[in-house]
Amino acid sequence: MWSRRQSHLRRVACGVEELRCRRREREAALRKARREQQLVSKRLLREAPEEAPAKGAAAVLGEAEIHQFLQLAQRGSEEKEREKALISLRRGLQHLETQQTFIRLEGSMRTLVGLLTCNRALLQLEAARCLHELSHSEQSVVAEACLPATSYLLTYLSGHSSDFIELCLYTLGNLIVESEAVRRQLLPQGIVPALASCIQSPHVAVLEAVGYTLSQLLQAKEAPEKIIPCVLDSTLLQHMLQLMQPGPKLSPGVTVEFAWCLHYIICSQVNNTLLITHGALSTLVLLLLDLAEVVQRMENAGLELLACPVIRCLSNLLAEVAVEDVGGQMQLRDERIVAALFILLEFFLQKQPSLLPEGLWLLNNLTANSPTLCTSLLSLDLIEPLLQLLSLSNVVSVLVLTVLCNVAEKGPAYCQQLWPGPLLPCLLNTMALSDTEVVSQSLELLQLLFFYQPEAAQAFLQQSGLQALEKHQEEVQLQDRVRALRQTALRC
Amino acid sequence: MLLPQTLRARLAGAPGAAEPLPVERNPAARASPFGFLPRLVRFPREHEFFEDGDVQRHLYLQDVLTQVAEEPEKSRVPEFTCQVAGCCQVFAALEDYQHHYHMMHGNACSLCSRAFPSEHLLDAHILEWHDSLFQILAERQDMYRCLVEGCPEKFKTTQDRKDHMVRLHLYPADFRFDKPKTNRGPAIPGTVADLSTRTLADDGDAMEVCSEPITLPPAPVGERRTYSHRIPSTICFGQGALRGFKSTKKRNKHH
Repeated sequence: MWSRRQSHLRRVACGVEELRCRRREREAALRKARREQQLVSKRLLREAPEEAPAKGAAAVLGEAEIHQFLQLAQRGSEEKEREKALISLRRGLQHLETQQTFIRLEGSMRTLVGLLTCNRALLQLEAARCLHELSHSEQSVVAEACLPATSYLLTYLSGHSSDFIELCLYTLGNLIVESEAVRRQLLPQGIVPALASCIQSPHVAVLEAVGYTLSQLLQAKEAPEKIIPCVLDSTLLQHMLQLMQPGPKLSPGVTVEFAWCLHYIICSQVNNTLLITHGALSTLVLLLLDLAEVVQRMENAGLELLACPVIRCLSNLLAEVAVEDVGGQMQLRDERIVAALFILLEFFLQKQPSLLPEGLWLLNNLTANSPTLCTSLLSLDLIEPLLQLLSLSNVVSVLVLTVLCNVAEKGPAYCQQLWPGPLLPCLLNTMALSDTEVVSQSLELLQLLFFYQPEAAQAFLQQSGLQALEKHQEEVQLQDRVRALRQTALRC
Repeated sequence: MLLPQTLRARLAGAPGAAEPLPVERNPAARASPFGFLPRLVRFPREHEFFEDGDVQRHLYLQDVLTQVAEEPEKSRVPEFTCQVAGCCQVFAALEDYQHHYHMMHGNACSLCSRAFPSEHLLDAHILEWHDSLFQILAERQDMYRCLVEGCPEKFKTTQDRKDHMVRLHLYPADFRFDKPKTNRGPAIPGTVADLSTRTLADDGDAMEVCSEPITLPPAPVGERRTYSHRIPSTICFGQGALRGFKSTKKRNKHH
């Protein structure tokens, strides 16, 4: 998957502007779907089919033609002939009309399943491709017509033919996304043990496909009650974590898929303690460190796709770890985590600024209850880079200020490191903004600073702090704190 | 974003951290109207905070899945023949041969040359077909294991197993359950051999899958009919036992 994507991006020849435009449209469609909680909808998995038929695509097939191809595939005397018939059928099945005609034709699925399980390997493969085409259909009734084949597809997952297994997996992945009814068949048929068997394959392409299929399964609406417990009971978790261990064999394409799987498991909050017991925290930390190394190289395209779920997993898991336990988790008292995160923040700033909030969320969870990591922020000189992120956006600003509050609330020793320094001028700038949340967080930070480091209040006054405060004295949510700060500053 | 020069070196350095500064909180610092408390924040799956990242993820998936559906490029090579004894299939692409080899010659029973789709089914086959101890034990206890990986259930007969797989695991009733074992007298349904290769002689029947029901010979009176006429006996995972072994094996079978 991953490598195919990279080469695909290189091959695309059409205008860059056109690509950007299409991408914006796709993005808008996805955003809308997510807000309607429809992001797992299969319609969105494939780009809208182009109006003009692509090179090599066949025309729509009619009933007679479909019947003829099926007959030929079944009974043709020459193997080449039989294969060609299936290929023609497959090409025709790219069209919705052909798909609909196919499923209406009596016995057609039966024949296809028969070919899927026949004794000619290449016919099996072509039959599987036909099934894949059907499973991809926009219309539910077409995809659901593939259900008779699922028990065979699942059995094949334990085989050894990697291309075939990959195809079966993507077909299953499409069916999984189709409907809860489909999943209600796949689960008792043993899809989880089948995936657990498949995940032991040595082939990277198979592993990516397993990860993809599993991620679709885990995204299902009923996953927290019906699917995740099943997955946690199996050996899938251990294998997943193993595949995410950094090392020379780490494949970004594989790791991306399993990182997303882990994310869906963790954010469903079914049994995160189990994950911690299995060492998920240390795997994620090691992965974060490794990512920060890799991201510094030239070929870092697409790594934000991996950084995102890793950050989410780590951050959500940290929220599970009780305060007392944090001290016990040695990995979390390693300042390299903070170093790594900042390197990733810089990477996001260049490549995907929309991921900055997620990175800062992790920073919040790392620093909230950790004097060690708050100290690291100070000793590694990371306050100034942090301040550079202020006013990129309101969300980012609030998060930056929250992290700074995490540091300041730990007392005078910490505040002494925050001021003197660039913090105060930056705060005065944020006060000039009008977003209430940003100003609110700024006020909390000023309070902590003034309390533990009173000299800062004097400097504040000298830098026209009062005027900055007065701008907000009418705002209902801010009034009381503005007044209190004013008094504190004047008293100093 | 200007990161300190030493940061990258620190990342590459040893684990550890500077001694934490002493924490000295004073509750008055957060007296009303202030109230900041550090908080661990968690986001559930559907939270809008995740919108951007989720959208990026799906854009990536769209790219990928469009290509998965594309016709793969095969590595063409000069024609060659499969080297396994008795198999004379010819190939012109490595991927084709790889698939053929795995499906036809992988997971093969050394005793009867049937090939199975997985090691799991091969193991079950060997146990149920070629293990005399199994047969003895099966008379006294439930020995036939459910064929779905991960299911621990065992059954007295293959029919019971089949019923279980159909009812509980929603397997199709015609998952090659009903082909009788050869030379065994009354048909024994639901045997694992059914999930294996058909001999090449079966190929004649093999392709009669579409719409035409197979007319099976009427069962002798009094014998329990063990399969339905509409079930094609030919839906199976067949990779034919090699032609060279077929006739001799049949003669030598004394199960």
